Amino acid sequence: MTVERIVSETKDQFPIGMRVLAVDDDPTCLLLLETLLRRCQYHVTTTSQAITALKMLRENKNKFDLVISDVHMPDMDGFKLLELVGLEMDLPVIMLSANGDTKLVMKGITHGACDYLLKPVRIEELKNIWQHVVRRKKFDRKVRNNSDSQDKPHADSGEAAGIGKADNSAKINKKRKDQNEDEDEDLDENGQDNDDPSAQKKPRVVWSVELHRKFVAAVNQLGIEKAVPKKILELMNVEKLTRENVASHLQKFRLYLKRISCVANQQANMAAAVGTADSSYLRMGSLNGLGNFHALAGTDQLHNAAFRSFPPSRVLGRLNTPAGLGIRGLPSPGTIQLGHVQNSGHSSNDQSKLQSFIPGNHNTNILQGMPMSLDLDQLQNNKGVSHIGELPTANRTAVFPVSGSLIDSRIAGFSNNPLLGVTSNSLMLEGSSQQANLHASNLRDGVSAAGFQNGNTLSNFASIDPVSSQLRDSKADLQGQAAPINCNAGPMIRSVPQEWSAPRKDAPYQSHLMSSSVNSSIPVNGAMVQLDQCLDRNNSIFHRTMDSDSIGPLNFVDPLSIKHSEGLNSAAMEPPVIEKEGYLMYQLRPHGNHIPDNIGSLEDLASAMMKQDQDKGKPTAGNFRHNSYSHRTCI
Amino acid sequence: MERNPLRRQLQLMRKSLFDQGYLDEQFVQLEELQDDTNPNFVEEVVTLYYRDSARLVLNIEQALERKPYNFHKLDAYMHQFKGSSSSIGAKKVKAESTLFREYCKSGNGEGCMRCFQQLKKEYATLRKKLEAYFQVARQAGPMETACRPK
Repeated sequence: MTVERIVSETKDQFPIGMRVLAVDDDPTCLLLLETLLRRCQYHVTTTSQAITALKMLRENKNKFDLVISDVHMPDMDGFKLLELVGLEMDLPVIMLSANGDTKLVMKGITHGACDYLLKPVRIEELKNIWQHVVRRKKFDRKVRNNSDSQDKPHADSGEAAGIGKADNSAKINKKRKDQNEDEDEDLDENGQDNDDPSAQKKPRVVWSVELHRKFVAAVNQLGIEKAVPKKILELMNVEKLTRENVASHLQKFRLYLKRISCVANQQANMAAAVGTADSSYLRMGSLNGLGNFHALAGTDQLHNAAFRSFPPSRVLGRLNTPAGLGIRGLPSPGTIQLGHVQNSGHSSNDQSKLQSFIPGNHNTNILQGMPMSLDLDQLQNNKGVSHIGELPTANRTAVFPVSGSLIDSRIAGFSNNPLLGVTSNSLMLEGSSQQANLHASNLRDGVSAAGFQNGNTLSNFASIDPVSSQLRDSKADLQGQAAPINCNAGPMIRSVPQEWSAPRKDAPYQSHLMSSSVNSSIPVNGAMVQLDQCLDRNNSIFHRTMDSDSIGPLNFVDPLSIKHSEGLNSAAMEPPVIEKEGYLMYQLRPHGNHIPDNIGSLEDLASAMMKQDQDKGKPTAGNFRHNSYSHRTCI
Repeated sequence: MERNPLRRQLQLMRKSLFDQGYLDEQFVQLEELQDDTNPNFVEEVVTLYYRDSARLVLNIEQALERKPYNFHKLDAYMHQFKGSSSSIGAKKVKAESTLFREYCKSGNGEGCMRCFQQLKKEYATLRKKLEAYFQVARQAGPMETACRPK
């Protein structure tokens, strides 16, 4: 009884007594972390091994409120642990690393980390980590409530069942994914559940890229605020997909969006970036790279600005703007500021610029996003597409967010994987400061796939290039398809990790998906629109920390697959499946798109990015790195 | 009474460590964590650091004996080392670590070797200075050593 009282007292005094599990193989850092956490009055458990940590977590899921983990550990990759914890226990995880590389930060976030702290960690930062716990609880509740109110009560059970089965199903799904590339087949799994969802255990629906794209398109059409599972289901018109499936997918989607925006919001400075003075960006820049990432994520403004404002063509133009491309000059690694994504309406100039980018023109990845921008009009707030254009004015960094969004949308479009969507966010990032050399030439089409060279993240972003070409053809498709992916990335990412590791070995189907997705109209538009929507919601969508260089090729590679790839194979439009870290990444590379002159900076970025890629491999146009995540079971 | 000169000496030593760039802000954070319940925290952490990082230094040394250099591995070791070093506020050591990693990234073996030699020097120097510092601190008494303003 006394214990109960103590426990309840502790809970009342939250965040005091919050139970934290700290994982770090470095004893010095672990001791320091432990002491710091104790000083914050948290209840701390430490372990130097990830495996032990997982064991502890699995033993009793309610034992901890929050997990803090180092990225580099000998027995298990921190990101892997992150994924597993997020998927299995749905606990907030904070990553810790001495390396503040934008790419890594992006990777962390795309893998679902609530936050990414740099070592040496300071007590001030730790004092605020409890917010992640609260936020998660609140959002989960809210999302669930929202979906409940709109859906039948079944949704919850369906969702719960889905979530509950996540761990188990994920593995099964992985296998299924390997076998079923066709989403319809996946749907069959759920066919039987229509009758009594709450009572029976439903086989999980595998949200393949195709399926997800339809979902996103439907959501975009309805408007994210008004998207109800029933209507979404109708719009999607997929056989054997139940409303419950859609409901839980929607819930996850929303969760993801919220999470992204939370992350974005965390970096207060970022918000400034979007519409505020450049100084905010600079500040962001100073955030050890972490900030940038968040910064991009967006402040609402950013999102709105970026997305809204981009009229499809305009977006491209903006990207071209040196300002955007100027990311290079960004003081901070990749704080891509939308700069002044002011709602100044679309500057006509931008349009022309955009034209050059427009994927139709084989523009760089960013451009790819651009085509999507066509749908931007659909974006809710066409505040001023000009943002992109304006970006240039803004600290160079600005551009990226926009582009990021575009890319995201793009990526979403073609990325079959939900991950791609995620990547887009990550794409944006790339601003790793390391890439400083964007050579216009490399930017082949403007977006050389490389995008984010420094390492890992690049690979994540499939180069948009290929997408762009497709975008051209399928501008129409853009509508709303791509976008959701970005948004989805969040929740997807969580679930995906499990899948991802599996697919690693099975690249083939990935590529298959990728190519198909790529080839199909790139739902860039959708993505864009979605982005817009997403943006509105999540400022963080574009966390792109873009290093000046990184803007480069927007490689929409699955962020999860962080490994930057061994270079983008030049196979034009071939979706080489590159397994990085177990993730298949499709890197879409622009095929010999010409990048108009104005894209210069973008090109530079791309080239810079490409260059870095070159270290690993040559980024080539038309490489598709497909993330194995194309099938994500979000449910 | 007799403590005062010791404390003063301690204060001077501390100040010089900061002024000469051996330690940075992070060390102050460590000091702030030291209190009655944790009276020797700073020394504990530093001791732990030197013990654990010795292993890393050895690994790096061995890796540098094998040619051609495995830069990836070297970088990984150094990354870890850097993380530790920054946790205790070892400023110069951390700077050398960063430089070393740059050399690794650019594949500059010579640079790595040179840098590492310098790093070891800084590492050893800091250790000596900190040992002396802690010795005086122990004599001066546990109180107040951590709270002294810079």
